[in-house]
Amino acid sequence: MNPLYLEVLVVLLGIVLLMAEAFDGASAKRGIVYAGIAGLLGILGATFFIDPAAMNAAAPYARFYSADALAIFLKQFALLSTIVVLVMSLEYAPTVEANMPSERRGAGLGEFYVLPVFACAGLMWMASAVDFVMIFVSLELVTITFYILVSYLRRSEASLESGTKYLVLGALSTGFLVYGITWIYGVTGQFNLAAIAEKLPALDQAAAPALLFGFGLILIALGFKIAAAPFQFWVPDVYQGAPTPVTAFLSVASKAAGFIVLLRVVQTFLVVPALQEKILPLLAVIAGATMIFGNLAALPQSNLKRLLAYSSIGHAGYLLLGIVSIGAPFAGTAVLFYLAAYLLMTLLAFLVMTIVGRATGGDDISDFNGLNQRSPHLAFALLLAMLSLAGIPLTAGFLGKLFIFECAIDQQHWVLVIIGVITVAAGFYYYLKVIRAMYWQQPADPDAPEIEIGPLAKITIALLCALIIWIGVYPAPLLSLLP
Amino acid sequence: MSPLLSLILIPLVTAAFCMAGAAPRRISLFGAGANLLLSLYLLASYNLEIGGFQFVSENTLFPAYGLSFSLGADGLSMVLLLLATLVTFAAIWVAPPVEKSPGMFYACLLFISAGAIGAFASIDLFFFYAFHELALIPTFLLIGIWGSGERQRIAWKVTIYLAFGSFILLLGLIGLWLAVPEGLRTLDIRLLQQLGYAGILAPGPAVYLLILFGFGILIALFPFHTWAPEAYASAPASAAMLHAGVLKKFGLYGLLRLAVPIFPEEIQQFAHLVLVLLLGNILYVGFVTIAQKRLDLMLGYSSVMHMGYAFLGFVALNQLGLGGMSLMMFAHGLTVAALFALCGEINRRTGTLEFRELGGLGGLAPKLGLLFGFAAMASVGLPGFATFAGEIMIFFGAFARGTVGSFDWFQTATALALWGVVISAVYMLRAYRSIFWGARGSAVKDDTDDISSGVRWAVILLIAVLLLTGFRPGLLLDYLNPVFAALP
Repeated sequence: MNPLYLEVLVVLLGIVLLMAEAFDGASAKRGIVYAGIAGLLGILGATFFIDPAAMNAAAPYARFYSADALAIFLKQFALLSTIVVLVMSLEYAPTVEANMPSERRGAGLGEFYVLPVFACAGLMWMASAVDFVMIFVSLELVTITFYILVSYLRRSEASLESGTKYLVLGALSTGFLVYGITWIYGVTGQFNLAAIAEKLPALDQAAAPALLFGFGLILIALGFKIAAAPFQFWVPDVYQGAPTPVTAFLSVASKAAGFIVLLRVVQTFLVVPALQEKILPLLAVIAGATMIFGNLAALPQSNLKRLLAYSSIGHAGYLLLGIVSIGAPFAGTAVLFYLAAYLLMTLLAFLVMTIVGRATGGDDISDFNGLNQRSPHLAFALLLAMLSLAGIPLTAGFLGKLFIFECAIDQQHWVLVIIGVITVAAGFYYYLKVIRAMYWQQPADPDAPEIEIGPLAKITIALLCALIIWIGVYPAPLLSLLP
Repeated sequence: MSPLLSLILIPLVTAAFCMAGAAPRRISLFGAGANLLLSLYLLASYNLEIGGFQFVSENTLFPAYGLSFSLGADGLSMVLLLLATLVTFAAIWVAPPVEKSPGMFYACLLFISAGAIGAFASIDLFFFYAFHELALIPTFLLIGIWGSGERQRIAWKVTIYLAFGSFILLLGLIGLWLAVPEGLRTLDIRLLQQLGYAGILAPGPAVYLLILFGFGILIALFPFHTWAPEAYASAPASAAMLHAGVLKKFGLYGLLRLAVPIFPEEIQQFAHLVLVLLLGNILYVGFVTIAQKRLDLMLGYSSVMHMGYAFLGFVALNQLGLGGMSLMMFAHGLTVAALFALCGEINRRTGTLEFRELGGLGGLAPKLGLLFGFAAMASVGLPGFATFAGEIMIFFGAFARGTVGSFDWFQTATALALWGVVISAVYMLRAYRSIFWGARGSAVKDDTDDISSGVRWAVILLIAVLLLTGFRPGLLLDYLNPVFAALP
C-alpha cells in the first residue's frame, strides 16, 4: 500500500465524522467516538502492512515525504495516542457539556470528538516530513487544531486563559521557525533535509555563523514544541487549563512529533564536524537545564495536572539527553523506546485522572485522597503509571531511562548523567506524593461509592497497564518494531 | 522450569490472594511456610560435590542485550535464600493483628520477600537489580501507612535515600556492562564473574566506586547510614525484621557477587578508604548506639554498626574473611529479626520503648526476658551463636591480610574493630538491665503479660537456628566456602 494514503484516510475519516456529526440528531454523540476509534484502529492496522523499503525514492513526492521506519513508527504512535485520547474524551464529555454556553444537550461534543482526528493527520504528516516546508505546514495543522482544543471549554476561564497563552506563544514560535528556515534556505538554497546535508560539507567557513543562527532559531521553535527549558514557561498554565484529554494529547503526541522533527534536523546538521562541535554542547546545556527545571519545579506542586506538566518537561530533558548522546549506536532507538514508554504511562495517568476528576470534581492531588479505598483498581492503575514515570524496574519507564543513561555513559556525558541521577531521585519524591495520597490519606467522604468507568475506558486502562509491565519485563517485541 | 521460580512466585501469588481479599494472615503464613519448606528442600538437594550454580533456568528475553530471565543459585545464594524464607516466615508469624487494610499489609511484606528472594536467585544482572527495586515501594507503604512516630517524613527519607543509592548502583552496573569488550557483552553474572577472574573485564576505579557506594548506601555504610535507624524504629516490627534482616543483605550479596570477582585490584586500591569508613560504622555508630535512649533506635543503630564487620570481611578479600562475612550476613539477619520481633512485643506489652519508662519487666515476663537475653547475646557475638563464628572468621581473615611482622592498616583496623565487641556488649547489657532488671518503670504495670505464644515460637525458631549454626558452622560453610575457593 502506498503510505501516502494513510494521511488521506485519516483526513477522510475526520471529514466523514464531521458530516455525520452535523446530521446526527442524537445528543450523546457516542457513535461518533466509536466510529472514530474503529476507523483509526483500521488505519493503525494498515500501517503494519507498509514496507519502508518499497517506497519509491524517485517519485516526486519523495522530496518532501518519507515513509521510512522512523516515520511509520511515529504514525503508529500518533494513531495510538489519538485513539486513547478519544476514549478519554468520552469520559470527559460531562465537563465539556457543562462548560458550553448552549443549554442543548451534547452541544459542542461532536467537534470535540472529531478535532483530534485532524490533529492526528497533522502529526502523521509531521512524522514523514523531510522538507522544511512540509515540516512547517504539518506543524501548523497540528498547532492550529490545538489552538481550538486548548480553549475548548468556553465557560472555563482557565481554559480560555491557557488558550490565549498557547496561541500567543505558538504564534511566536512559528515566527522563529519560519525565520530560521529562511536563513538556512538563504545559505543552502534548499528546503529538503537530505539536500541540505549534501550541501553542508561543501560550504565555506564564512557561512557557518548564518547556518548556526538559522539552526538556533529552529531549535528555539522546536524547544517550544517539546517544552525544553528555557522555552517551557507556557507549559504549566496551558496544561492545567486545557481539557484533560487535550493536555494528554499535547504532552504525548505533540511532544513526540517535535522530537522526531528535532531528531531529523539535528541529524542533518551533524554531518559537518564543525557544526557538530557547536550544536551538541548547546543541546547538552538545554538538556541539563530541562531536567533540572522540570523535576525541581514539580516538587512543590499540589495539582496533579500541573505536576504532570512539569514532569513532562523533565521527561523532555531525558529525551534530549538521548539526542545529545546521538553518537552512541543505540541512541536513536533509546529515544524512540523512551517515547513509547512515555506514551503508555502518561496516557494511563491522564486517563485515570479524567475518570477520577469527573467523580471528585477536581484534579488536585488531594482529590485523590483515599482512592485506594474507593476504587482500588483505578488506584492501582495510577500507582503503576506513577511507578513507571518515576522509573521503577520491571516497568516500561525504567527501561526507557536505562537505555538513555546507557547511551549517555557511552558518550561520557558525565555532568548530564549526574544531573540525571539527582533529578530522577527528585522525581521519586513527587510521584510518590500521588501514591501517598491514594494509599495513606483518608478519603474526604468515606462512604462515596466506587467510581463508574465506561467499558471502553476499562479495556484501555487494562491494556495500558498490561503493556507497561509487559514492555518493562520483555522489551524485545517493542524493540524489534523500532527502526 | 527452575524450582527457584516457585520460590519467587509463591510469595507473589500469596500477595495477590491477600490483595484480592482472602484471609490474609492465614494464607500468607501458609505461603511463607511452604516457601520455607521449599527452600529447605532445595538446600538439601543442592549437590555440594558439583558446586557452582545449580537449578539454572534461562529464558532469553532480548538477545541483542543479552537480557534473559535467568535463575540459578550457588552456595551463597542458597544460604541467603534460606535466610530470606526463614525471616519472612518469622516476620509474618509475629505480625500483630492489623487494623488498617490487613490484606495490603501482608501483601507488602510478601512483596519485600519476593523481591529479596528474586534478587538472591537471579543470575541476570538486570533482574538482580530489578527484583531489589521491587521491594522499595512496599517498604515505602509499610512505613508510611503502618509505621509509628514521624512515619511520613521517615518513609520519604528512606525511599528517596534508597532510590538514590539504587540509581548510583545502576550507573555502576551500566558502566560495568559497557566495560565488557564488544562481542562478549552479557548480563549473565556467571559469565561476568568468569571474565572478571580471567582479567578480561576490568572496568576501572570509577565504576568500582559507583558500585561500592551504590551498594554502600543500601547497606548503610558510614556516613550514608542515617536512613537506617530511623526507618527501623518507625517501621512495624515485621517490616523492620524483613528489611534489616534480609533486604539489607542484598548490598553485601552484590559486593560478594560482583565486586569480589571483577574488582580485586580496586578493592585493594581503595581498602584504606573502606577501612576508615567501616571503623566509622563500628566505633562512631557504636558510640552513638550507646547513647540511645529508646530500644528501637538502639537496635537500628546496632544493626548499622554490625555492617562494619561485614565490610571488614569484604576488604580482607581472602577465603576466611569473605566466608566469615557471608556467615555473618546469615547470622546477623536472624539476630536482628529476633531482636526486632521482641522489641515489637515489648512495645505492645508496655506501650513504650523509652528505657527510662521501662524496668523490672523480667519478673513479670520471664520468658520474654530469657529470649531477649539470648537474642542480645547473639547480637554481641557470644561463642555458641553463629554471629561469633562469623565475626571471628572476619577478624582472623582481616588480620591475616596484613603483612606479617609489621602492624599495618589492616591489623590496626582489626584491633580497633575488636573493640566493637566490647561496645556492643555495653549497649546490649545496658539495654537488658534497664528493661528487665531494677525497679519497675512507669510503663510496667502489674497486669503486664508475658510474651505471646506466636512471637515466642517464632523467636525460638530463629534462635534455635542461630545456635545450631553457631555450634556447627560447617553446616553453612560447606555451602559458602566453595564460592570463594578461587581466592587466597
